[in-house]
Amino acid sequence: MSAQKNRVATGGRIDRSKPIRFTFDGKTYYGYEGDSLASALLANGVTLVGRSFKYHRPRGIISAGPEEPNALIEVGTGARREPNTRAPQIELYDGLVTASQNRWPSLDFDLGAVNSVMSRFLPSGFYYKTFKWPKDGWLFYEKFIRRMAGLGTGSQETDPDRYDKLYAHCDVMVVGAGPAGLAAALAAGRAGARVVLVDEQSELGGSLLSERERTIDGKPAAEWVATASAELASMPEVRVLTRTTAFAYLDANMLSCVERLTDHIGPSATGPRQRLWRIRAKEVILAAGSIERPLVYSDNDRPGCMLASAARTYVNRYGATPGQRVVIMTNNDTAYQTALDLTAAGVSVAAIVDLRANPTGALAQAARAKGIEIIENSAIIHVKGTKQVREVDVQSLTSDGKGVTGSVRHLYCDTVLSSGGWQPTVHLHSQTRAKVVWDDGIQAFVPGPIMPGQNNRSVGSARGAFGLNEALNEGHNAGAEAAAKFGFSNVTGNAPSAEAEPESQPLRSLWIVPSNVPVGQGGKHFVDYQNDVTAADVQLAHREGYVSVEHLKRYTTMGMATDQGKTSNVNALAIMAGLKNVSIPEVGTTTFRPPYTPVTFGVFAGSDKGDFLDPIRKTPIHQWHAEHGAPFECVGQWHRAWYYPKAGEDMHAAVNREVKATRDSVGIVDASTLGKIDIQGPDAAWFLNMVYTNAWTKLEPGKCRYGFMCGEDGMVFDDGVTSRISENHFHMTTTTGGAPRVMSWLEEWHQCEWPDKKVYFTSVTEQWAVFALNGPNSRKVLEKVVADIDLSEEAFPFMTWRDCTVAGVKARIYRISFTGELSYEVNIPPSYALHVWRALMTAGEEFSITPYGTEALHVLRAEKGFVIVGQETDGTMTPQDLGFEWIIGKAKPDFIGRRSHLRSDTKRPDRKHLVGLLTENPNDVLAEGAQVVEHVKDKPPMTMIGHVTSSYYSPNAGRSIAMAVIKNGRNRMGQTVYLPYEGKVIAAKISKPTFLEDGAPANG
Amino acid sequence: MLLISCPHCGPRDEHEFAYGHEAHIARPTLDQQNTMSDAEWADYLFMRKNPKGVHFERWVHARGCRQWFNVARHTVTHEIIKVYPMGEPAPKLEQK
Repeated sequence: MSAQKNRVATGGRIDRSKPIRFTFDGKTYYGYEGDSLASALLANGVTLVGRSFKYHRPRGIISAGPEEPNALIEVGTGARREPNTRAPQIELYDGLVTASQNRWPSLDFDLGAVNSVMSRFLPSGFYYKTFKWPKDGWLFYEKFIRRMAGLGTGSQETDPDRYDKLYAHCDVMVVGAGPAGLAAALAAGRAGARVVLVDEQSELGGSLLSERERTIDGKPAAEWVATASAELASMPEVRVLTRTTAFAYLDANMLSCVERLTDHIGPSATGPRQRLWRIRAKEVILAAGSIERPLVYSDNDRPGCMLASAARTYVNRYGATPGQRVVIMTNNDTAYQTALDLTAAGVSVAAIVDLRANPTGALAQAARAKGIEIIENSAIIHVKGTKQVREVDVQSLTSDGKGVTGSVRHLYCDTVLSSGGWQPTVHLHSQTRAKVVWDDGIQAFVPGPIMPGQNNRSVGSARGAFGLNEALNEGHNAGAEAAAKFGFSNVTGNAPSAEAEPESQPLRSLWIVPSNVPVGQGGKHFVDYQNDVTAADVQLAHREGYVSVEHLKRYTTMGMATDQGKTSNVNALAIMAGLKNVSIPEVGTTTFRPPYTPVTFGVFAGSDKGDFLDPIRKTPIHQWHAEHGAPFECVGQWHRAWYYPKAGEDMHAAVNREVKATRDSVGIVDASTLGKIDIQGPDAAWFLNMVYTNAWTKLEPGKCRYGFMCGEDGMVFDDGVTSRISENHFHMTTTTGGAPRVMSWLEEWHQCEWPDKKVYFTSVTEQWAVFALNGPNSRKVLEKVVADIDLSEEAFPFMTWRDCTVAGVKARIYRISFTGELSYEVNIPPSYALHVWRALMTAGEEFSITPYGTEALHVLRAEKGFVIVGQETDGTMTPQDLGFEWIIGKAKPDFIGRRSHLRSDTKRPDRKHLVGLLTENPNDVLAEGAQVVEHVKDKPPMTMIGHVTSSYYSPNAGRSIAMAVIKNGRNRMGQTVYLPYEGKVIAAKISKPTFLEDGAPANG
Repeated sequence: MLLISCPHCGPRDEHEFAYGHEAHIARPTLDQQNTMSDAEWADYLFMRKNPKGVHFERWVHARGCRQWFNVARHTVTHEIIKVYPMGEPAPKLEQK
């Protein structure tokens, strides 16, 4: 095991008895259980971890949390390779494989770094300016630019992991398990409220995990966290979710959270990888903490430059030091604690450079007492070293802080820590579309008034109260108050308390730390590390007139990277405000949108993929179709038998055989998918009169009628046969795909428009299996299995129904036809379906009964010109357009769509009409959807007069047949039109949309 | 994700519901239909309010009791101000 040169001998929350092996860019390293990838790399002295987005500058680790803009890592291999994960948030496991991004051929020697030398030619918005000429140039340049500027690459393979989704409800949801969040959860939990506490880290404690000396209720902070965690775990109504990020605050107090269940275990884990939680809370307590801002100084991106608080986390929590010799630059007191903690761990602190004059806060005095040099009223003006910080230059600030003066000091160091103050994590508050407001005292945005209906409150440093006691108090009070709102007012115990805060001085805002050369010359002052946006870019945008912060963002891409500007937004706004000479709130704020940190697509899909994406509906004899070799066609959610190929048959041959056999003798089709609605009540006939275009009042019980339904716009919406069972009882059939829509349609009109009508609708689609016998021999087949009724034409005529017994099963038979042949639709309870189907097949053997699928069904109906709603219609066709003038009830006073049929446009005689098309070459089968033109030109555009809606080869007609909707089609009979399609032009003659003139009568 | 109080089932997540359209659009009577112009009929058919503020609209508990009802919803804050049964007139609310 190689030595971990930056590992402290003792302390931290890592287990030195449990070494863990991992690789980074192919090289093997060891860390310890409890390490993050970032802490393990630092412990091993690896500070160069990536190349920047645009300039390919060498980059190191900046932070110790989700705000990390630089250390973006590809994790895993093969199908599990995941790009752009943040090194501080990756937990080590044995065998973890990681790699740096955006470098070629290697991280150490990256050819893309030429961009850095060329940077004066790559300013903000360079792609808007440079590549706009010639006109189509961008198309050419884009692929090169995309290759040079980028992040990691995802896997192209299917994600092999499983994902899960859960919903939860609670009284109080607490986001963040730092001191404020823990105190809130304890108070609400003790009162008996149902609480959910989520935290993105692997263990509870938040900022307390990085504390070395603080105590709460007299115990070291870590011990207090352990006690609090144990108490929360013992409460039955409290759910604690660690490794869980609340990434979206949605309407009405719903928070979306992602729980990382196995990312810390790796591919060997079983069970789902991640879980999406949708948590609906009555009250939300936002205790998300705060994020330190870096200072904007020259070459502040060199590996070794880091946030002061991050260094503190690495040394205190992980026992890893960012380097051996550190210079700290700060504008506030908190960085002094870092200096003290580093010193305690044996790291040499060369100096603290304070932008303020005369620092006398308690921590500054403690640092001074430890012998740490404080260089006041001064700034780091240069950082030297490319792949690792080597030295810094320090100079005194001028009185206005905009320049430097005096002699330059050189300090050798390998690490530069900076602190520019703290920004409360207001993201979730802002996601509710509530405003944030500027607080001059802490120079940061804090939550403004909450949105109505979004019951939340921000506590602790998430609202700008940075002191530990404030956090504990506010958390406790918020938890107690929230619980009491829902009747849990018996809060036990007081707020936890810590020792008093060290007395501190206010920060000094210097949004650009000056150098002895102007900004933009010499070094680069990075504001947004991830998108490579510098202070000079902000100045350029300002000079070019981008006055709105929204324009600034889009022009410079500031804050638009995967970190959403967690460390850069405020610095950018402040620099803009300085340029415009206005206050920061006058420049504007940024609106935070979900997700807080990137979320995998897999967790959104959950188990809703493959066969689970949508319900699959199968008919009761699905298995029979499968056993007889039928492929299935999807019709809505239904899987319907498509055709039944015999040995050696292709689809064309099978369909031709099925179609011919049905016309010549008898065919049988499983029509169970037909939509069926049972309609009952004294107003049932009245209601049908309103929803269908034709008249229903006089239909006698025992009889069936075909009808069109229209929308109120007059356009055909569905069709089907409805039968009168008794005076107040009807059985409606709908198209297979349209059944749910029709059911909803009937309910809506009944409930919203005619609620006084006594009528009831029940979906009975799955209560009846339906087998349709079609063909001249269908009666002979049926006679063999029906003994109790007379099936003769006289006793059981077309468009009637009869109850009877089929093969011993109570059945209802409708004499309706979708083939134009003699037809019986046998309806039986689905549990007897297979028995009846087999009985019909056996009875039909002597007539060579042929099962047919949906394709033959389509050909058979098209041969007779029967329309399919949704195929011949597209929401712009009236019944009249389809040639169904006769189906409009002229005597009826009212029905849905009637008034629209009277509009001048729907009355127009030259609308698109349904017609037939007979190709000149009878073997040419037109493409469905092909456009029809009168005059062919060499190339589009041509004037289109319609399109093909259905097209088949008809074995009974012995030629191709097609239906089309064509402008003024009924008045163009016999005219030749043309169909240019895929480089070929087919000529066809317009005909009536029926193709078997001398066959069986159209009514069977 | 809205939380909608179905008048019959109580508060449920938005995904159980389906939005219909603007509420309180009366279907013209037969007499009105026969005397109104095509433009007036088109207005009934297609023209809908799109206010910034309170919108009266109808929803159906499609994956629940399948009953329609009316909702007064604020289109900016998404706040559901009132849920009331079909047939009840639009409540008088102070525009927020």
